[in-house]
Amino acid sequence: MKKIFVILALLASINVAAAPKLVSKTGHVWFYSHTPVEDIEAHNRQSVSILNTETGEIQISILIKSFEFKVALMQEHFNENYMESSKFPKSSFKGNIVHLDKVDFTKDGTYTSDVAGDLTIHGVVKKVTTSGTFEVKDGKVTAKAKFIVSPKDYEIVIPSLVESKIAKEIEITVELPYTE
Amino acid sequence: MYFFIVFLIFSTPVFAQDIDDLLEEVTGNETEYTTATFKSTRIISGHSIERMPIGQLDFRISHRFGEFNSGAYNLWGLDQANIHFSLEYGITNWLMVGLGRGTYEKTYDGLVKMTILRQSKGDKVMPVSLSYLTTMAVNSLRWDKPYELNFWNRVSYVHQILVARKFNERFSFEINPTYVHRNMVGTEMDPNDLWAVGAGARFKLTKRISLNAEYYYVIPPIHDYRSSKTYNPLSVGFDIETGGHVFQLHLTNSLAMIEKGFIGETTGQWTNGGIHLGFNITRVFALK
Repeated sequence: MKKIFVILALLASINVAAAPKLVSKTGHVWFYSHTPVEDIEAHNRQSVSILNTETGEIQISILIKSFEFKVALMQEHFNENYMESSKFPKSSFKGNIVHLDKVDFTKDGTYTSDVAGDLTIHGVVKKVTTSGTFEVKDGKVTAKAKFIVSPKDYEIVIPSLVESKIAKEIEITVELPYTE
Repeated sequence: MYFFIVFLIFSTPVFAQDIDDLLEEVTGNETEYTTATFKSTRIISGHSIERMPIGQLDFRISHRFGEFNSGAYNLWGLDQANIHFSLEYGITNWLMVGLGRGTYEKTYDGLVKMTILRQSKGDKVMPVSLSYLTTMAVNSLRWDKPYELNFWNRVSYVHQILVARKFNERFSFEINPTYVHRNMVGTEMDPNDLWAVGAGARFKLTKRISLNAEYYYVIPPIHDYRSSKTYNPLSVGFDIETGGHVFQLHLTNSLAMIEKGFIGETTGQWTNGGIHLGFNITRVFALK
């Protein structure tokens, strides 16, 4: 009886150790566009991510139409005219933690490392590198990153009439709380 | 052996979950409402199912020039100006109210528009969007006849059910059963009540430009002794969208820009050049 218990306990611990993938279902991605004329921000609170703590592979995926704006008409324009969300419904990132050795997912602390990979927006794939932080607290991991994208790089056409209202460089913030 | 199979079944979901499944799991069972069935609250002269969202104010200026067949003396209609301007506001996410004033019969008008059904897919499936529109218009022309005219004689009402479906990204279609009641008409042979069916469509040509068309079939009264010859309104035009503004440019045989006028009192005729060049400009302000 005791033996079986020990084996079961062993099996259970192996299972945990053998699942290095962390999953986030409540990720928050938002962007901010600042111009003297108008500030625009939108939030996507249904962002998902998978983080492999062993290999350092990180994947993020979001639906464009899940971005919420304060002004409903802006949201409509964002989907219909700029992001063309019916044609390109998702944006994603697939990459790696560059300095995985600097991040210890088993120990509490805040770690910083570059993250590099492919960013897909509006159907255009670009190689990007940005600095990310990984906060480990009570065994829970939260990944954060802030970076700049330019609509032009992703073939998002902004007509000259509204050029003054939409920033050339848009700040994107990612916050991903992982659960096991 | 059995243990191994059980182990496999339980362990696979953890290892094989990929990012697309995960996104589907988080966003999949939601209702997705159709947006931008039409680009503006008007298809051309008549209403679309769209309304202003909560806290947003639409300032509209609509304009119709005179008829092309009025000749070179009137610069083919360009000398004549007819304007209608209005303020329309979304009180809730299903209710819009508006006030307007037009050159045509110096009319003041008010409207209430309600969204009853929204086309959607996903968790809740609804094949069409349905809105209800009611308007009241007051003619404020000076009255030079010898007898008195009271306020209610100047009033007319419109009730309209708007049913639309966005078939795909490019094409939307709408049908509008309409009832018009006029408290006072030209002669006693003219009917106070008019029934009509409107149809409108939007075809997206580019990301920001769409081709629109609109037609109202006025059901002739059974005993038709209408004192003036009227025609069914037909309008064709473009929606040009420039972020915050929608510019609508069109050709139409009706001069009035309110339902009572263009449904019941259109005197222009396409076949003999009774066509007006017109435009609507709308500017949306977010008040909340």
